[in-house]
Amino acid sequence: MTDILNALTLLANFLIIPGLTYGSQLALGALGVTLVYGVLRFSNFAQGETMAFGAMITILVTWGLQSIGVSIKPLPTALIAIPIGITVTAILTLAIDKVVYRYHRERRANPVIFLIVSIGVMFFMGGLIRFIIGPGDQIFFDGTRFILKAQEFKEMTGLNEGLSLKMTQAVTIAIALIIVTAMFWFLNHTRTGKSMRAYSDNEDLALLSGIDPDRVVMVTWIIVAALATVGGTLYGLDKSFKPFVYMQLLLPIFASAIVGGVGNPVGAIAGGYVIAFSELILTFAYKKVLLYLGPDNLELDSLIQFLGTDYKIAVSFIILVIVLVIKPTGLFSGKTI
Amino acid sequence: MNKKIIGGIVVVLIAIAYFVLQAPQEETADKTTNEVKLAVVLGFTGPAESLAESMARGAELAMKEVSASQLLLGGSSVSNVRADSTCVDASAAAAAAERVISADKVDAIIGALCSGATISILQNVAMPKGVMMFSPSATSPALSTLEDNDLFFRTSPSDARQGQVIAELLQEKGIKSIAMTYTNNDYGKGLADAIQSNYEAAGGKVTINAAHEDGKGDYSAEVAALSQAGGEILMVVGYLDQGGKGIIQSSLDAGAFSNFFLPDAMIGESLVKAIGPDLDGSIGTVPGTDSKGAEIYAELATKDGFTAGPYSPEAYDAAALTLLAMQAANSADSNAAKAKVFEVANAPGTKILPGELAKGLQILKDGGDIDYVGATAVELIGAGESAGSYREILVKDGKNTTVRYR
Repeated sequence: MTDILNALTLLANFLIIPGLTYGSQLALGALGVTLVYGVLRFSNFAQGETMAFGAMITILVTWGLQSIGVSIKPLPTALIAIPIGITVTAILTLAIDKVVYRYHRERRANPVIFLIVSIGVMFFMGGLIRFIIGPGDQIFFDGTRFILKAQEFKEMTGLNEGLSLKMTQAVTIAIALIIVTAMFWFLNHTRTGKSMRAYSDNEDLALLSGIDPDRVVMVTWIIVAALATVGGTLYGLDKSFKPFVYMQLLLPIFASAIVGGVGNPVGAIAGGYVIAFSELILTFAYKKVLLYLGPDNLELDSLIQFLGTDYKIAVSFIILVIVLVIKPTGLFSGKTI
Repeated sequence: MNKKIIGGIVVVLIAIAYFVLQAPQEETADKTTNEVKLAVVLGFTGPAESLAESMARGAELAMKEVSASQLLLGGSSVSNVRADSTCVDASAAAAAAERVISADKVDAIIGALCSGATISILQNVAMPKGVMMFSPSATSPALSTLEDNDLFFRTSPSDARQGQVIAELLQEKGIKSIAMTYTNNDYGKGLADAIQSNYEAAGGKVTINAAHEDGKGDYSAEVAALSQAGGEILMVVGYLDQGGKGIIQSSLDAGAFSNFFLPDAMIGESLVKAIGPDLDGSIGTVPGTDSKGAEIYAELATKDGFTAGPYSPEAYDAAALTLLAMQAANSADSNAAKAKVFEVANAPGTKILPGELAKGLQILKDGGDIDYVGATAVELIGAGESAGSYREILVKDGKNTTVRYR
């Protein structure tokens, strides 16, 4: 029995909790991608940098708050800085839309043109971020680091294996849950949400019904900015803030959106967790787990690992290819927002 | 119309910014005949950037000292130019070295910081151009056997030696098994292999020897694999500002390891500051001596306004040896100077400590012989590398403290 508990603790500590956290971060990013795709009909490659930008503003505000002594211990101060981060990011995305995307939208440009334009926007934002905060690591976490320490857990339960739960992990999962619920409520129960869905479903019909397209576009960008800022800040809190890392996040985020079916919010969230858990499950070494669960005299020389951790990023690629070959419309096809 | 004007303004602004940024590089002063010019090519950006500044100041301190003495090659002054070799980008390193040799016409290079960058500069630039290169901190064992036309020297020991020292230390501490992760480059792989072969020969067990990439946001998957392999201590052959820090942070977060072994590139103030009290009790090694030279050097550095960090004394010695060899050869030409490096570095001769470079120059000028001791008790062996003595580090109360020298 103890062996089983030990094995489960081990899995929870190294797979389940990190997987849920990482999955939530990916889901927030993928929701943003999916929303832009559903309403504005293009793949927004600038999503990663939008996350970095939102996180950067939040960090700057956090530093300001810290310097005047504001703190909400045990929670990180960054949480109260997020609304300002969202506001500034929303202003930036709206400005970029006005200067860049609107021109192409008015001419009903091909989605490929939008995609390429968004790559340009990505480079612009990347430069802006590096110009303001620099390319280095930034630390902005404060508050209590752990809710449960591995050592404390061992003493509490008497097990061999420890289970640690970081404050940032709990905060990430909780906030992602709140944001996602709020967004579904907004899309399904408010007038603006419904008009967004109508616009996404059939643009011309929506226009004929008197829906104001500018308003729909504006609301979409504000929501995208909010999702990006929250996702980016949570990732930065939990791991570390470094502009380049957000560009690397782009691949798993797009993989998540595509696995779930682009344009489908439920799919984006499911996709986020599918990608996160696949990355972890395939690169995890199961030696100790098998030692606990197997017969007592079991001896293992290898680590029982499917893929080296170097191949973590390749897992998203593999899943992307498999999905595109077997079920190009994604797991939750058919219904967009 | 309006858009065009704004577009035009943006283009003009970009053009202005471009020229403003370019300007400093164009001011490459013409070299006067009575001047010896050295390039300090170190990794000012990248995973070991926190070490570079103190190293560069060390090398420049030696140059200033020689310059002030007015004794080098009939009163030549020494000037220097800094260039960024990065640490991970081999082509950027070669380009930086190419620039200082072609545009700045330097006589020798002090650098580079990391082994990969050093190998790249040596093979692509220094050897074809016939310029002497003296690294304070490249420690890859590969550099001992690499073809170098005798142009390459280092005041740092080879990691083959550090591997031995670490294996001995682990034995003495009674540590029977280690998990090891290394940064995926020439330095990391070289040192990890040296540790593994020495430690296993001494009867220890390496449960896992896995690479990690620098510059990632998340190392939890790497740490999960390391923790499954198990081991009494985690050997982190990485960089203190990069993956090494990430691995340690992640291990502590997951409760995977609580004791760490920190080889030379993990020793620095920035790491203990970033990790905090959890790092207490970790052990490490970094090249260093308890010689009188080290003390004198630390004082000289303080007087000059900087702290002598890791590899800073080695940088001072590298610059000093380069200039002393030029004096002995009576020429700033690399091919003449390279033959004299062993002569000035090793016995017999008058012992020269830091701050006594003028004395050394005078003896050489008079045709005498010197044995440069310097800040690190330099004794060159083999293909021109330091024999290597190490400082055993224990992290205690948030500080790197010295246990003893070995």
